[in-house]
Amino acid sequence: MQLTLWTYEGPPHVGAMRIAASMRGVHYVLHAPQGDTYADLLFTMIERRGQRPPVTYTTFQARDLGGDTAELVKRHVREAVDRFQPDALLVGESCTAELIQDQPGALAQGMGLTMPVVNLELPAYSKKENWGAAETFYQLVRNLLKTQVPTEVEHDPKSWQNQGRRPRVNLLGPSLLGFRCRDDVLEVQKLLTMHGIDVGVVAPLEADIDDLKRIPDADLNVCLYPEIAESTCSWLERNFGMPFSRTVPIGVGATHDFLVEVHSLLGLESPAPDEGYRRSRLPWYSESVDSTYLTGKRVFIFGDGTHALAAARICSEELGFTVVGLGTYSREMARPVRAAAKALGLEALICDDYLAVEAAMEEAAPELVLGTQMERHSAKRLGIPCAVISTPMHVQDVPARMSPQMGWEGANVIFDDWVHPLMMGLEEHLIGMFRHDFEFVDGHQSHLGHTGGAGAADHSGLSDIPEKGDGTLHWTEDGEAELKKIPFFVRGKVRRNTEAYARDVGCREISSETLYDAKAHFTA
Amino acid sequence: MAGPTLLKESGPREVFCGLTSIVWLHRRMPDAFFLVVGSRTCAHLIQSAAGVMIFAEPRFGTAILSERDLAGLADAHDELDRVCKELLQRRPEIRTLFLVGSCPSEVIKLDLARAAERLNVELVGRVRVVNYSGSGIETTFTQGEDGALAALVPLLPASDERQLLMVGTLADAVEDRLTHLFKRIGIETISSLPPRQSTDLPAVGTGTTVLLTQPFLTETARLLRDRGATVLTAPFPLGAEGSRRWMEAAAAAFHLPDERVATVLDPLMDRARSALAPHRAVLEGKRIFLLPESQLELPLARFLQRECGMELVEVGTPYLNREQMAAELALLPDDTPVMEGQHVEQQLDRVRASQPDLVVCGMGLANPLEAEGIATKWSIELVFSPIHGIDQAGDLAELFSRPLRRRQLIRPGLHPSSPDHPVHA
Repeated sequence: MQLTLWTYEGPPHVGAMRIAASMRGVHYVLHAPQGDTYADLLFTMIERRGQRPPVTYTTFQARDLGGDTAELVKRHVREAVDRFQPDALLVGESCTAELIQDQPGALAQGMGLTMPVVNLELPAYSKKENWGAAETFYQLVRNLLKTQVPTEVEHDPKSWQNQGRRPRVNLLGPSLLGFRCRDDVLEVQKLLTMHGIDVGVVAPLEADIDDLKRIPDADLNVCLYPEIAESTCSWLERNFGMPFSRTVPIGVGATHDFLVEVHSLLGLESPAPDEGYRRSRLPWYSESVDSTYLTGKRVFIFGDGTHALAAARICSEELGFTVVGLGTYSREMARPVRAAAKALGLEALICDDYLAVEAAMEEAAPELVLGTQMERHSAKRLGIPCAVISTPMHVQDVPARMSPQMGWEGANVIFDDWVHPLMMGLEEHLIGMFRHDFEFVDGHQSHLGHTGGAGAADHSGLSDIPEKGDGTLHWTEDGEAELKKIPFFVRGKVRRNTEAYARDVGCREISSETLYDAKAHFTA
Repeated sequence: MAGPTLLKESGPREVFCGLTSIVWLHRRMPDAFFLVVGSRTCAHLIQSAAGVMIFAEPRFGTAILSERDLAGLADAHDELDRVCKELLQRRPEIRTLFLVGSCPSEVIKLDLARAAERLNVELVGRVRVVNYSGSGIETTFTQGEDGALAALVPLLPASDERQLLMVGTLADAVEDRLTHLFKRIGIETISSLPPRQSTDLPAVGTGTTVLLTQPFLTETARLLRDRGATVLTAPFPLGAEGSRRWMEAAAAAFHLPDERVATVLDPLMDRARSALAPHRAVLEGKRIFLLPESQLELPLARFLQRECGMELVEVGTPYLNREQMAAELALLPDDTPVMEGQHVEQQLDRVRASQPDLVVCGMGLANPLEAEGIATKWSIELVFSPIHGIDQAGDLAELFSRPLRRRQLIRPGLHPSSPDHPVHA
């Protein structure tokens, strides 16, 4: 039993809904009580869809439990099939139905339906949303393609060269309620087309059953979102011999690496190394002199595995930031995130407790947070600028304008989205600096407003009440004055460090000199 | 016999479960914590239904059952004790802890009453622990509030003092206003359940006259009757007419002179009429279809038909308590279809076939209907908004007129009518 106040991921059947709702002609019969229908609003409100997700809930009640719930399942399956006439049917259960063990999938498979019926077993008490989405996509693809599996694997990703056609790849992984998937697909399609590579199937987003059956017609699979598509890509590789690309093209370097990987797998000559410099504005914007102030900015990163890894690389290699914290709630991606953190001299935070993430964030004293919507709130409380890089989805993460994360345009979007909050953070700092000037009107507010709460006050130092230490330490007037000259976002940390130093050396009074001694001690 | 036509249907439903009511209950009692004993789905439901991300550490949470808890029930009880203690250590300001049962906890028959009893012994004098079920296999949406309040009834102190007890969560400002008005018409002692502080429980006894502020409190009303209280049957305080009749029912129970009531309420009624007028102009003659969710559907339909001139296509309700709703049913026009229960697909077929001007529905259905060209109003907004009382009648009407006004405002600009005809000609 785990105390949970807020969760990054929903249950696994919500992942299955994401696959069903992403596709055309797929219907999902979910054995679940009435309250579970809340999940529809994730699609109709957060993703702002104009259609209900294609889900029929059996909505069994307590009084049904004494009777024949199996018959209830079959009745709903029959009604759903008659009404929606799907090309494929997913049948599964949510947490409560798992306990009553009706095995709805097996029941539906025994009903003699004419369309493929996929029995989804998604353990609700041990797995989560992204796993459920990946498993559903995998089961669906496997069910539709298992009869096509060749006895001998002889797939050659370079065979297009002898067939008088352009190379063809599938884009696997984009789904509803995934971060910027809609725009990433367009951007990656554009990127590949520019290189003479055709896109065959995009799935699950907007795909139908016939599309899934055409997956083996392509030369190569592109695994765009490993959280959703890696298990499917691996199965296709094992059974059809189709290789898949593993680089996720987020950021200039990763987009280049992605192109190199895809070209090499397809037997194409590698693209020019300066393509990113020519096609994206990020490289020049980052090199331009006004970006010098970005150097060494302390950044705390937390999100799903894919986006956290991408952010760490962009921050350290393309924007010149210093990554001071890196973590993910995707346990499935713990290994690569740990490796990336280690390479940056950090220990990764693998965690789904947002309060622990907030504590780590506060401890790291970053100047910028790249996180989920929850980290945005935590950062706001602490008075730190933040940009959102990952699910869980919020209605703000489905912008009206085109704003991909992937490819050259994605890099442009990232530069703007991550640097602008910093500029506004700087504005906050300036307000702090100039608040004693006579021109300054009290009540002047920046975008952070006064909603920052107690944490913001501590860190911004806008409050004149000094933090109480343990009573044995005393800050002299000149020590306090010196502390105030330090930028607000690190002031809390400097105060703590200085006090720790003072205690270490047995000093009870902290003056400006002590502060400089401490600074020298910690930077030495 | 004339009157509304009462119908029933069953099938797939599209409604929230009782856990959702935690979203407004926890705000009413800032010293209470609602701990759902359930699954990741429960946790995800509440945070999604709350619509917004939480801005501070919330006063609700979920003890998520894991495979280990399912394997042995004895362990589950130990685990629950551990989680409760961890929670209370973190939140020392909590005075009442609600253990809220869910679908999974009901199915595995995890006895939360026993858990509450055990924890009460251990935490005596510090925190009171109560339990109720908000599970979707037993409760729909607002019935969760009924369960929570019913769980408090046995804890109410006994007193036979003459008093009016308003039962059901109200916005603080609305509660103040209603209390003020009751005092002006001559009722001296007025209290509320739930109270603003969970420890500040009102007394109950033979001198207690109960007015329900919400129509979904059947079980709470029954338990209060068992404690000696008289529960009045009246229209619910939505709209000017309903609110007035609701207050008059109390006045009659306290034998207060009609003239005194009229002196206080008549000016309010005049004001409400002028507040309603602009909205009535928008709503009059328009057709409305209410899907079942909050159990507020009947009083709302009565208000929209009688005070705003709307035509009722169908009035859905998840559950119909005919006794408590007698006064409401009597005010609906003859032959109004009142549908208890739901078959969501068939009901949506009827929505499409009847093409109403406005549909009241849950959040999952609203945008799909809007995309089909049908204006909607979220039912959940009606349980969050201060809509009770004569003074709020205009605001209540505004919630329904806004979607229609909005269409009038933006449709011409967004859907130019002909290729060579400018929008602003």
